[in-house]
Amino acid sequence: MQKQAIFQSKLLPYALVAPQLAIVLIFFYWPALQAVIQSFLLQDAFGLSSTFVWFENYIELFKDAAYFEAIVRTFFFSFAIAVSSLSFALLLAVMADKPLRGSMLYRTLLIWPYAVAPPVVGVLWIFMLHPSLGVLSRYLRNMGIDWNPLLNGDQAAALIILAAAWKQISYNFLFFLAGLQAIPKSVFEAAAIDGARPMRRFWTVTFPLLSPTIFFLLVVNIVYAFFDTFGIIDTMTRGGPGTSTVTLVYKVYSDGLLGGNLGSSAAQSVILMVMVIVLTGIQFRFVERKVTY
Amino acid sequence: MVEEEGFRRYVAHAILWIGIAIVAFPVYIAIVASTQDNALIANGQMSLLPGGHFFEVYYQTIFVGTSGSTREPVGNMMLNSLVMALAIAIGKIAISIISAYAIVYFRFPFRMPIFWIIFITLMLPVEVRIYPTYKIVADLHMLDSYAGLALPLIASATATLLFRQFFMTVPDELLEASRIDGAGPLRFFWDTLLPLSRTNMAALFVILFILGWNQYLWPLLITTRDDMQTIQVGIRKMITTTDALTEWPIVMATAVLAMLPPVFVVVAMQKLFVRGLVETEK
Repeated sequence: MQKQAIFQSKLLPYALVAPQLAIVLIFFYWPALQAVIQSFLLQDAFGLSSTFVWFENYIELFKDAAYFEAIVRTFFFSFAIAVSSLSFALLLAVMADKPLRGSMLYRTLLIWPYAVAPPVVGVLWIFMLHPSLGVLSRYLRNMGIDWNPLLNGDQAAALIILAAAWKQISYNFLFFLAGLQAIPKSVFEAAAIDGARPMRRFWTVTFPLLSPTIFFLLVVNIVYAFFDTFGIIDTMTRGGPGTSTVTLVYKVYSDGLLGGNLGSSAAQSVILMVMVIVLTGIQFRFVERKVTY
Repeated sequence: MVEEEGFRRYVAHAILWIGIAIVAFPVYIAIVASTQDNALIANGQMSLLPGGHFFEVYYQTIFVGTSGSTREPVGNMMLNSLVMALAIAIGKIAISIISAYAIVYFRFPFRMPIFWIIFITLMLPVEVRIYPTYKIVADLHMLDSYAGLALPLIASATATLLFRQFFMTVPDELLEASRIDGAGPLRFFWDTLLPLSRTNMAALFVILFILGWNQYLWPLLITTRDDMQTIQVGIRKMITTTDALTEWPIVMATAVLAMLPPVFVVVAMQKLFVRGLVETEK
C-alpha cells in the first residue's frame, strides 16, 4: 500500500527521519551488536584482553545447571502467571459483558491496576504477606501454614506469581471485554433458541469465538512475565531465597551487576533476544495483523 | 437480546464486586499503612482501619524522606520521574511523527530499508541489551542525566508504526487541496496533518506517559546519585534488608504517591487510555 499523492524533495525526508534513525542506531543497534560480538569473546580476569572463542560462552551456559533452572523457572512463571491472570480476567469480563447496570463503573474500577508499576506491585504484596508483619500472614499462620516467603523458595515463587498475575488482570480484562463485545449478539441468541444453557453457550460459542483474543493475550502475558516481573522480583525477593526466584532477565541483571563474566552475560542477552524475536514472530504470524504492507 | 434471569444477574454483580475487592485490597492496605505508626506495623499489630498519622507521614515522605536508608525527599524523586516520563512520551511522539511523515509522504532512496531499520526495534525491549546500552550511555557521559534516562527508551518503533498507519488513512484529496492553496510539505504537515493526528497523539501520550513513569530496570542501572533517583528506584532502596529498619509508613506513602499520577491518568482519561492501549498493544 502506497500513497499516490506525495511531495517531491531531495533533502527534507532525510532530515525528518534523521532524529529517529540516529537514536535507534546509537541506542538500539549499536548495543545489540555489542552484545552479539561480546557473546563470542572471552575476557581475561582483568578485563584487559579478550579472545574469540566461537560458541564457548553459549556451551558453558547450557552446561550450567543454574542457567537451565532459570529457563525452566521462567517458563513455569510465565505459564502460571498467564493461566491464572487470564482465567480470572475472563471470568470478570464475561460478567461485565452482561447488560448490567453500572457496567462502565465496573470497567473503571477494574482497569486501573494497569498503571501500577511493577516495583510498587512488589512492595504492596510483600507488605501484605510479609512473614513477620503482613496482615494476611496472620491468617495463613492461624490456618496452620508455616508461611515465610523470605525463607521458603516455593512460597516466594507463589508470591511472585500471585503479584504478577494481579497486575496483569486489568490488561487482560480490557482486551477480553473488547473481544466479547465484538462478538455479534445474534450468535448467542441463536444458541439460546437452540436450547443451550449459559455454561454450554460459553464453552461452545463464546470461547471458540474468543480464541484469537486468548492467543494474542497468551503471547502478551508471556512477554510480560519474561520482562516486567523484574521489578516485582527485585523489590520482593531479589531473586532469593537462594536462587528460587531468579528468572532469565533477573539473571542477566545480577550476573552483569557482579561484573564477572561479560561474555556469559552477553550470551544470555542474545538468547533472550532470540526468544523475544520468536515470540513476536509467532504473534505476527498467527494473530490478525495490525500493520498492513 | 438473550434475557438474563434475575438470579444470574445478582451473581454477576457479586462476582464483579469480589473481583474489584481483590484488585483493590493491596492498595487499600497501602493507604491504611501510610497513616499509621511504624512501631505498630513492625510488631505485626497493624490495624485494618486508617490511623491518625496521615499528615505527618506524607509531609515527611514528600519533603524529607526516610531518616535511614534514603534521605532523599520523595517529592524530588517524583519530579525526576515526571521529567523522565514527559521526555519519553513527548520525545517519542515528536521523532516518530516526523519520520512517519517522511516515510508515507515522500519517495526517496533507502526509504524502505530505513523503515525496516526502525520497524525491527519493535521486537526488543531494553532489558535484553541492558549492559551494552549502559556502556554506551556511560561513554557518552550521560549517566545520572535526564538524557541518559530517556533517550534509550525512546528508541522504539511503536509510535512510528501507529502514525504511519494513520497517515495512510488520510485522504489524498487533503494534500491536493492544500497544494492548490500553495502549501509546501512543512505547511501541509503543520496545518493539516498535525491537527488531524491530535487524538492519536493524545492516546499515545497517555500510554507512553504511564510506561515512562513506571520504568524501573533502566533508571536503576544508570542513576547512582540520590538526587537523580526516580520514585520507582527510590522505593526499592527504602526497603532495607534488615527489616527492623524499614520505615513502613513512609514506604507505603511512597507507594501511594508512585501510583497516584498514572492511576489518575487512567481513570481521568479512560477513553484515550483504552484507545492507546488497544492501538499500541503495550
